[in-house]
Amino acid sequence: MSVVASTLVVRYGRHEALAGIDLTMPRGRLTALLGPNGAGKTTFVECIVGLRTPTEGRIEVLGRAPDDPALRTRVGVMLQDGGLPLAAPAGQVLAHVAAMHARPRDRGELVERLGLGALLRRPVRRLSGGERQRLALATALVGRPQVLLLDEPTAGLDPQARVAVRDLVRELRDEGTTILLTTHRTEEAAELADQVVVLDAGRVRAAGSPAELVGQDRGLRILLDRDPGAYREELEHLLRVPVVASSRLLEVRGAPSPALLHKVTGWARDNDVRILELAAGHRSLEDVVLALTGRELR
Amino acid sequence: MSATEPSGPTRQVPVLAPDHDPAPAWRRVLAQAAFEVRALVRNGEQLLLTLVLPVLVLVVLGRTDLLGLGEDRLAVVTPGVLALAVMSTGLTSQAISTAFDRRAGVLRLLATTPLGRGGLVAGKVVAVLVVEVGQVLVIGGVAVALGWRPAQLAGSMLSLVLGTWAFVALGLLLAGTMRAEAVLGAANLLWILLLVGGGIVAPADRLPGPLAVLAPLLPSGALGDALRATLGGHGLPIGALVVLTVWAVGVSALVARTFRWS
Repeated sequence: MSVVASTLVVRYGRHEALAGIDLTMPRGRLTALLGPNGAGKTTFVECIVGLRTPTEGRIEVLGRAPDDPALRTRVGVMLQDGGLPLAAPAGQVLAHVAAMHARPRDRGELVERLGLGALLRRPVRRLSGGERQRLALATALVGRPQVLLLDEPTAGLDPQARVAVRDLVRELRDEGTTILLTTHRTEEAAELADQVVVLDAGRVRAAGSPAELVGQDRGLRILLDRDPGAYREELEHLLRVPVVASSRLLEVRGAPSPALLHKVTGWARDNDVRILELAAGHRSLEDVVLALTGRELR
Repeated sequence: MSATEPSGPTRQVPVLAPDHDPAPAWRRVLAQAAFEVRALVRNGEQLLLTLVLPVLVLVVLGRTDLLGLGEDRLAVVTPGVLALAVMSTGLTSQAISTAFDRRAGVLRLLATTPLGRGGLVAGKVVAVLVVEVGQVLVIGGVAVALGWRPAQLAGSMLSLVLGTWAFVALGLLLAGTMRAEAVLGAANLLWILLLVGGGIVAPADRLPGPLAVLAPLLPSGALGDALRATLGGHGLPIGALVVLTVWAVGVSALVARTFRWS
């Protein structure tokens, strides 16, 4: 295991940012940390790099305490706020971080992969949000880290840059880098992650492979032309499985058999309800995360 | 619920990859110092504060007798302006740049690299010393051109180092405890207050009332007095050096307890 956290608690005054997390990151695998704002994702990243001392519990990175100097050459981090010096030219920032390592990664290759060539002489404060993200990723990678922590790496990126970053992250994972990816993009997690951990209010709500997580919730998702709330009880009685109605969405929690489908479409016909979309089978990872963490805005 | 994987015979043993050495410590610190010096040179306001204003004070007070120091005024003014330059670089400039780096998350990011927190502080100190060498050469050169002749140089080094330590510590105390905008205001205000009433350029005995007593106990007055004594060939000013040491050690201890990296 590259990272092992045991009953990790972090408190800020009365607020509990992490409320007893048990989490392991297997070596050479990509772990995606999903959850709403304030779930504790960034706090967990800060604990791994020793920027935050846990109030209780224990965390080990490559078998060492997070503040062990031996880890600074082996753990690369892309923080959410970037942490880039605003007045310095982009190329100078990358060269500076590279100068801290005896054998850094080839900067030219990183510059090319992340499309930074035209930006090297430009001060960081004149880069767009997406350009800063790419530079921050380059600084995280320049030390050839064994463990790579990416806090929202694709936030603010245009579609082209997002694809480039995903390709790079996939390649690094395939080369054996252990990666932690915190993201709000569930499709990104579903595509890249070997292990998904859903965090909410400082607690692990679910963990497993993307397939395992979405496989836990089977059923029908039906988008209607009206709010089905008034029909919910009638439908539960008719279908004999749990039904969740929210806004114009109807979720039928039962194996999507032909018989179930027949009953649902019959009910729609009898009540003159139009079905706009119907998806059968596994729900998306986003549905799973919403079901686990609720739909309220944070 | 937890995300813990089962342990047992298949569990992998964590291994530190062997070819991940950091650059040698001296190279990391020098790289950080060079990065800081380049940042200072790029910043026009900081250059104004650390070099242009001290030279202006030197020329004005050296060519006119505003302080009533008589013909030998350069012997009093030049050490004072050198002390002012040290204060500008160590206190004001460091406080402002560190506070804004802290706000932007730069200190957090660098702390996660092989530079670490110790290397970051060491790099800042080396950068301040490098800038001070430049300041001494420029200010000293202008003063010599105006007619100043230092009596002794060696003894002044100790005063400069102690003064730098005390002012950098004060700068970090501000930068590590206040918001960046507040530091900007406070550091500039402090610079003006200590210039006018801190005994740095104008010796304490030229200041009115209680300031004459208070100024020698401030790091500004103590560094001004120490440089005036050593560069004027009046021997080592033990009292002023003790005052500087107390400030340097005391404020460093405070910084260690209160500095917030983010």
